[in-house]
Amino acid sequence: MKYVIMFTTTPELDAAVSPEHAEQVYRRTYDWFGTNRAVLTAAGAQLQPVTTATTVTHGGDAPVVADGPFSEAKEVIGGFQVIDVPDLDAAIAIVKTWPLLELPGVSVEIRPIVVD
Amino acid sequence: MNESDGAAAESGRARAAATDRLLARVIREESARIVAALTGWLGSLDLAEESVAEAIEEAVRQWRTAGVPPNPGGWLTQAARHNALDRLRREKRYREKLALLADPAEAAPRAGTNEPDERLPLLFGCCHPALSPDAQLALTLRAICGLTTAQIARATLAPESTVAQRIVRAKRKIGAAGIPLRIPEGSERAARLGVVLTVVSVMYSEAHLVAGADAAADRDLADDALWLARVIAHELPREAEAQGLLALLLFHRAREGARAVDGELVLLADQDRARWDRRLIAEAQAVLETAAMLRRPGRWQLHAAIAACHSDARDGGDTDWLQVLTLYDMLLAYDRSPIVRLNRTVALAEVDGPEAALDEVDALRPALTGYHLWHAVRARMLRHVGRRDEAMAEDLRALELTANDAERRLLEARVDR
Repeated sequence: MKYVIMFTTTPELDAAVSPEHAEQVYRRTYDWFGTNRAVLTAAGAQLQPVTTATTVTHGGDAPVVADGPFSEAKEVIGGFQVIDVPDLDAAIAIVKTWPLLELPGVSVEIRPIVVD
Repeated sequence: MNESDGAAAESGRARAAATDRLLARVIREESARIVAALTGWLGSLDLAEESVAEAIEEAVRQWRTAGVPPNPGGWLTQAARHNALDRLRREKRYREKLALLADPAEAAPRAGTNEPDERLPLLFGCCHPALSPDAQLALTLRAICGLTTAQIARATLAPESTVAQRIVRAKRKIGAAGIPLRIPEGSERAARLGVVLTVVSVMYSEAHLVAGADAAADRDLADDALWLARVIAHELPREAEAQGLLALLLFHRAREGARAVDGELVLLADQDRARWDRRLIAEAQAVLETAAMLRRPGRWQLHAAIAACHSDARDGGDTDWLQVLTLYDMLLAYDRSPIVRLNRTVALAEVDGPEAALDEVDALRPALTGYHLWHAVRARMLRHVGRRDEAMAEDLRALELTANDAERRLLEARVDR
């Protein structure tokens, strides 16, 4: 089954992490992509910071364009990756090893992809 | 109504109750096995479970008046299979599946073989942490224990439509999100078993928490929970915590006859211990010993060990409170929940005195201020240190917060004193 895994962070908690610690954890994410190469599909991307986001929203007469992410949520998406694994337990097992999860405010959402 | 009408109504009720118990016993033995077999055949838990649920509703209706047929499992399997085929023919999205199905005879649960029990993988799927706790409980009650949606609604005092929706959503999620029906292996096993055992324990307490109701439900969830704890302990004999939970529920069940007398609640300290079921206590002790031999301690074994201390005491005054307190201190390493800490204060009061216990109770105020038993325990401590007016105020607050009729009457009696 294919799942999109969405990596999110909470910017207001990022400040609590020392730059050295963050640097060290980020380095390990490269290893993570290497270790899990077999189940990662070509689809995936790391996103520019949320300050670069633009949102187009439903409006009365015409769609409205505005600065910022689409919700007031405290968590922001930092990237996503499509994985191909047998079932949700396999997806959870891989996601649990995502190095950034040792930082507060980090979470990963797992969503199955629609198949016809 | 004259006296003989009353007696007739009474015996009528007794007969119906016996039939409800029999139905519960027969149906829960079959339900999960048939759901598992049909899921394998159809490749869809949603469709399989729906078809079995429909068969069970039909069975409850028919068997309540006509009695249980000689082979209830065969009856249910056949009815469920028929329902499934009916649905497949009616629904377009399933129609192409029909041609792919194997011989329906394949979709019969294997009984009396040495095959590993197919109910456990299904149970682990129903209690997957990716489902909400409410959904885990509702789905387990229906797919594993074979309750109808209406029975779950009555037993948990939730609206029937809410229960139905929870079950539908949970089943769809299992299918769409790829939740496997499998007993997890390796390092995942302990945590996942923890979720399963929590669902069983909630099922047991739910039977006592039903707010405002005096046993109007036609299924005794405590009995279902005990049955399920037995199935799990039997199928996973090397899992110490599975044995621990079974022991705990057996200890609680043994006190049932003394806990509620004529519909009135009796506190542990005041219970007539002659009413405790010694056979169940002996079984609980044996199960707890089996668990201890596995040398893998855990929260359910400690809960059971605490219950064992109470069962060993001839009366409330004979309780080995130091032992109870020691076990609570060990339990805190596994479970630091405010409820466990509150229960610990009762042992603390006996060992170190009510002042020390009152400090600990007060420390729990932020977490438990909306919980009626926190106020009831605080009232008891205040009374022990002679602060009677405050104790009365706390008892009244407890009374305001409780939703259970029997508990309300117990607290009222205390305020009246």
